Amino acid sequence: MFDGFSAETLARIQFAFTVSFHIIFPAFSIGLASYLAVLNAQWLRTLDQVYLTLFNYWKKIFAVAFGMGVVSGIVMSYQFGTNWAVFSEKAGPVIGPLMAYEVLTAFFLEAGFLGIMLFGRDKVGEGLHMMATALVAIGTLTSATWILSVNSWMQTPAGYDINDLGQFIPVDWWAIVFNPSFTHRLVHMVLAAYLTTAFVVAGVAAWQLLRGRATEGTRKMFSMAMWMAAIVTPIQIFAGDSHGLNTLEHQPVKVMAMEGHFESHPDGAPLILFGFPNQKEKRVDYAIEIPKLSSLILKHDLNAPLDGLDTVPDDEEPPVAIVFWSFRVMVGIGFAMLGVGLWSLLQRMRGRLYTSPWLHRAAVLMGPTGFVAVLAGWITTEVGRQPYTVYGLLRTSDSLSPVEAPAVATSLIMFIVVYFFVFGAGTYYILRLMHKAPGEGTDDPTRAGPLRTAGIVPPAQYDASQTPGE
Amino acid sequence: MLDLPTIWAGIIAFAVLTYVVLDGFDLGIGILFPFAKVKKDRDVMMNSVAPVWDGNETWLVMGGGGLFAVFPVAYAIVMPALYMPIIVMLLALVFRGVAFEYRWRTERWRGVWDAAFIGGSTVAAFCQGVALGGLVQGIEVVDRAYAGGWWDWLSPFSILTGCALVVGYALLGATWLVMKTEGELQAAMRARALPLGVATFALIGAVSLWTPFQDPAYFQRWFTFPAILYSGIVPVLLAFGGYMLYRGLTSGRDVMPFLASQSVFVISFIGIGISFYPDMVPPSVTIHQAAAPDESLAFALVGTVILVPMILAYTAYAYWVFRGKIDPDAGYH
Ligand code: HDD
Ligand code: HEM
Ligand code: HEM
Repeated sequence: MFDGFSAETLARIQFAFTVSFHIIFPAFSIGLASYLAVLNAQWLRTLDQVYLTLFNYWKKIFAVAFGMGVVSGIVMSYQFGTNWAVFSEKAGPVIGPLMAYEVLTAFFLEAGFLGIMLFGRDKVGEGLHMMATALVAIGTLTSATWILSVNSWMQTPAGYDINDLGQFIPVDWWAIVFNPSFTHRLVHMVLAAYLTTAFVVAGVAAWQLLRGRATEGTRKMFSMAMWMAAIVTPIQIFAGDSHGLNTLEHQPVKVMAMEGHFESHPDGAPLILFGFPNQKEKRVDYAIEIPKLSSLILKHDLNAPLDGLDTVPDDEEPPVAIVFWSFRVMVGIGFAMLGVGLWSLLQRMRGRLYTSPWLHRAAVLMGPTGFVAVLAGWITTEVGRQPYTVYGLLRTSDSLSPVEAPAVATSLIMFIVVYFFVFGAGTYYILRLMHKAPGEGTDDPTRAGPLRTAGIVPPAQYDASQTPGE
Repeated sequence: MLDLPTIWAGIIAFAVLTYVVLDGFDLGIGILFPFAKVKKDRDVMMNSVAPVWDGNETWLVMGGGGLFAVFPVAYAIVMPALYMPIIVMLLALVFRGVAFEYRWRTERWRGVWDAAFIGGSTVAAFCQGVALGGLVQGIEVVDRAYAGGWWDWLSPFSILTGCALVVGYALLGATWLVMKTEGELQAAMRARALPLGVATFALIGAVSLWTPFQDPAYFQRWFTFPAILYSGIVPVLLAFGGYMLYRGLTSGRDVMPFLASQSVFVISFIGIGISFYPDMVPPSVTIHQAAAPDESLAFALVGTVILVPMILAYTAYAYWVFRGKIDPDAGYH
């Protein structure tokens, strides 16, 4: 199936494939963990059953998504060594400790309190259960913080030195962790996770509303998600813009590829809306462009000069078409999300938030787009930094493990088969859970679940706290 | 002598041992699944580890991630050398990990996810044993990089260590269930633990006798004075562990067999440690050659010293919350 590919190409495909699957689950579980913490806090504060019903509804979905995130994540932490051994040996002293901190501060925290969050409400009482739920949410955010620091260091390395073995060695940990692109990337990614989740929640709620299941739970869900969409999307667009300015400063070549600027523009660069980048001929075919707008966005000056890829040697250019398109997909989805958010504000003012089928249809349609935007954003970022793994310092082609192409091809095929099968099934189960409205149907056989051992709470209390609405 | 690389070698060894001690028994549950035919028994078996398996498996991430952080050279040599066992183990863990959730989400496909749980647990355990064997038999290194092919790990010895780990994990699983369950299931597991114990000891014996022949250095580390003084203690402790296991199982005790079989693992692990020291990747890369610069080791150590005790504390708390016998009739998801 993969005859004739080099080990390098195969390893790149494999990394892209496995990490793209992985990111889908954290993007959802970062958002959902926080949402669950909010729901649980609201339940404790207001004692309104609707929050408890929603908590129990999303908890089941969270458990499935989280499980998939964990198993795909374990693969990632070994993949650096199996496929990118030279990279690991060279960059390990700098990024390895950050990833070790991720394990110590985030993964253990999540794993340690997940059991209590999922199965322990009756055993530890409401207060400790709330704490466990909050700690799981904090764990997912901590995890994102460390891994994004690692990734950002690879994009904008700082605080390092290179020893005579060619290894990167740490000089200033503060500069390493808070490298120039880290805060931008962290903010943008966490907001992305929140938005992704908000649109999934909105999509599910809208689906139920369209099916005529306008329970209190679905309405509450829809309202909460639409507030998120209306408030967070503008912030995200602003964050994305400043992330782009940061990239212009530190990785200008990536921005040239994103913009499709093959030529330099000494007096004001146009914004190319669409077109077909043609890297061989070094031009964008059928370009539709707005004069000078790119300079306005990137330099806040209509006539500011902008360099193009003609200033860069050919062997240091990333694949332009992929970067160009994936960037447009992400930005397009961002503005579509903004549109839905504004529309929901309008309908809310008119008191029609729950009775506007077109808004609901749009919300269902937009439900999965957060994932697409996240993937498109990451593809922009990662393909745009090619041909380097550590930007400007270590080439991708020099990062590879000493493994033969057939080994990489075999494992790649195994990953593809297993991932589609396993995560396909998981997605199906999640969709099936979503198809039911919150608080609907308790006699489903699949509701039996992990039991727990007899604990500190006497059995009588067990029944009393059987969750209503379940 | 007690410099940063040595301390870190100790911490990594601790993480791997903790992984074996914790995930060993829950992989064992998967290996024993085929022997429980009744659905309710399977539910109970899985539920006995459902709240804790994720935390157990995190020690595997700690072992791998820790190696990456503090012994990047070893990580960069071992992962390509053991490419196939590692990849297959990861995929097996995928199947087994999702089975915990998927199994409750479907009636029709329950059999599929039961099979995924069984196969995933067994294959993961086998691959871990193979990886250990592949490491013990030595890895070819030139210029700080792996220099062999992608099937070098495969040998009768590594197959033997693979089988040994499957049987050993099954023993841990069986004694865990003796501790956590009651009635027929418990009796069945008690009956099964005895032959598993015998088999485990036979395999430990076979691996131990064979190991010194993998590399003369192992022989020296064990059998020259003064090493022989303390390496002589290991077999004695093992024999004692075996006796306690036997006593616990035959005298109807619930907790003792589990502790005894865990101690057998701990002692065997120490034995492996004696064989390895001071190598990180036998036969040619030592702990000091594999270590990252001291700046990296020191930075990671600060957090480890503070955080690992906290992790152990809240892990213990999580076990305590779910302590006691499983109640087969309680629960919802
Ligand atoms: C819901 C998801 C989502 C949405 C709606 C957007 N983004 Fe984004 N974007 C991401 C999710 C994302 C991401 C997945 O989180 C990335 C990939 C890596 C990263 O740090 O963030 C990203 C990367 C990324 C980069 C690449 C930076 C680099 O690595 O050099 C830029 C310039 C932008 N974004 C800009 C925008 C703009 C101007 C948006 C406004 C419409 C926008 N993004 C919407
Ligand atoms: C989770 C979201 C991520 C996605 C979707 C993603 C996507 C990709 C893609 C598409 C490539 C292939 C680029 C190419 O070969 O042209 C790649 C490469 C790579 N990425 Fe990422 N990435 C993500 C996060 C990360 C993180 C957090 C790290 C580091 C900690 C990382 C490290 C790498 C490395 C080492 C490679 C391989 C070398 C290379 O081809 O550049 N990635 N990634
Ligand atoms: C190549 C890069 C990556 C590696 C090596 C990696 C590694 C891992 C590992 C080992 C786990 C399982 C932890 C456990 O056992 O509980 C995991 C889960 C997780 N990862 Fe990643 N990861 C990567 C990329 C990312 C990115 C880009 C993000 C987010 C921005 C992220 C966020 C998370 C979160 C929140 C979890 C918890 C599980 C979940 O929520 O589904 N990871 N990751």
